[in-house]
Amino acid sequence: MALTNAYIQEKLVEKFNDQVFQFSTDSGILSFESAAENNLKVLQFLYEESSLGFTFLTDLCGVNYPDNQGAELVVVYHLHNFIENIRIRFSIAVPVAKPDVFTATKLFESANWMERETYDFFGINFIGHPNLKRILNVDEMDYFPLRKEFPLEDQTRIDKDDEMFGRG
Amino acid sequence: MEQHSHITLPKGSIEKTTTTLNIGPTHPATHGVFQNIMEVDGERVVSTEQTVGYIHRAFEKLAERRPLYQITPITDRLNYCSSPINNMGWHITCERFLKIDLPKRVDYLRVIIMELSRISDHLICNSIVGVDTGAYTGFLYVMQYRELIYEIYEEVCGSRLTTNIGRIGGFERNFTNTAFTKLEKFLNEYPGVLREFEKLFTRNRIFMERTQGTGGISAERAMNYGFTGPNLRAAGVDYDVRVQQPYSSYQDFDFKVPVGTTGDNYDRFLVRNAEMWESISIIKQAYQKIQAFKGADAEIYHADVPEYYLPKKEDVYTKMEALIWHFKIIMGEIDLPKGQIYSAVEGGNGELGFYLISDGGRTPFRLHFRRPCFIYYQAFEELIKGGMLSDAVVTLSSLNLIAGELDA
Repeated sequence: MALTNAYIQEKLVEKFNDQVFQFSTDSGILSFESAAENNLKVLQFLYEESSLGFTFLTDLCGVNYPDNQGAELVVVYHLHNFIENIRIRFSIAVPVAKPDVFTATKLFESANWMERETYDFFGINFIGHPNLKRILNVDEMDYFPLRKEFPLEDQTRIDKDDEMFGRG
Repeated sequence: MEQHSHITLPKGSIEKTTTTLNIGPTHPATHGVFQNIMEVDGERVVSTEQTVGYIHRAFEKLAERRPLYQITPITDRLNYCSSPINNMGWHITCERFLKIDLPKRVDYLRVIIMELSRISDHLICNSIVGVDTGAYTGFLYVMQYRELIYEIYEEVCGSRLTTNIGRIGGFERNFTNTAFTKLEKFLNEYPGVLREFEKLFTRNRIFMERTQGTGGISAERAMNYGFTGPNLRAAGVDYDVRVQQPYSSYQDFDFKVPVGTTGDNYDRFLVRNAEMWESISIIKQAYQKIQAFKGADAEIYHADVPEYYLPKKEDVYTKMEALIWHFKIIMGEIDLPKGQIYSAVEGGNGELGFYLISDGGRTPFRLHFRRPCFIYYQAFEELIKGGMLSDAVVTLSSLNLIAGELDA
């Protein structure tokens, strides 16, 4: 039987009841969420349950929604089942005041650097990570640059000194 | 005398028995800006720590303030050995997100460009493996044909390395006759060159002894480490995005997915060579399909999407509507639909994915690049541990690591 989004959802609800929620399908990919403390249980179930078999972690990244009080930081996992050729998206949200998430490195070696990158840019603390330090930015940096509180320069700003740019 | 502490001794040891060796950030063996801090015992590698980030340019942050068309030049600078694949991957992501359907001719033209860049990517990687095992000739020989590929890019988009090729909805201009003539020249001459290149290496005793059995990885470990592309296929997993989730009409083409068995340096080399042969065959098929278009169909090079595809310049000067669209596009005043998408293409070194989240604004709310070599470079320590230092250098080049993609 080919694996379908409906079957995955059924299996997850059967195992976790209301611990998994917000099911939706965006461009054919099934997305759902769970509480942050359940992330490993869900990932392990998806990995080990033989009828699901999501053994490939395609991508792991962070997102910052500054307006979602108490759930400002989100970690998104993209998983892939090569044999059935089906992808799913799983996300968890944590408050920016206490951004603690369990590490997936025990399940996927590939999560190591992707979690370091997410820590580097969003400050998400992956509990149990073997080597959680900055990877792309300099070690001395004391902020997390991809958070929305750091806007890029407004391109319409007028307070620039034009002389510096060979104009005016 | 003041004590220097730039070498940390292991706790409790009187004298260190291993040597710390820095390979990189700028070293001939890295072929890019990244560093390896290796512990070597004689010539054996005990451990290594990879340091990346020397050319980090905050692309994901930059993308949050740019309209979609301004993100294309950013993608050039990821894997700069095959920029057109990155550009096309980004356009395809946008088109899937905005639900734009492309005419078949555009798809086929894109396939030609993408397969040419796959060839240029693979031939650089494979010939560099040759250089690192002591055979410079192959590298210089195939370089002429990368030049020819670059001339084709130049004819299509005007630039060579960082191409910014194509637009959302198609190409910026139709292929010229010169482009097709150069393509024919390439199709006629390159197979002979590739055959000779293979003759130099594939059954070469020295090359085989240097590459066989070094830097190997099992299929399970490769998957666990997130390998994709030729490196994963060399380990025996036939995963190819072009087959699994076809984009740009790849389902219309007949090609094989070459796989290896041991995942070592030799298998990676063979898989890349075999893929170049498949790419040549795909380009031939695509060129035939393009020649089958006659009359007005043979002039189509973009889809009809006025919201994202710039109108013709002469129309901008004479027609009101074209002028309005021109300004709206250039100023980035078009609101995107809400939603999110993950879209992937088969890049030169693996699955290149774009994860785009839009909150309905004019720029992406978040854009994440799934950069294949950033993910599989983690496995480097496992690949080389216990081996010779000189094998580590070959493994480094046969993984096809591109600094621009590592660091984003």
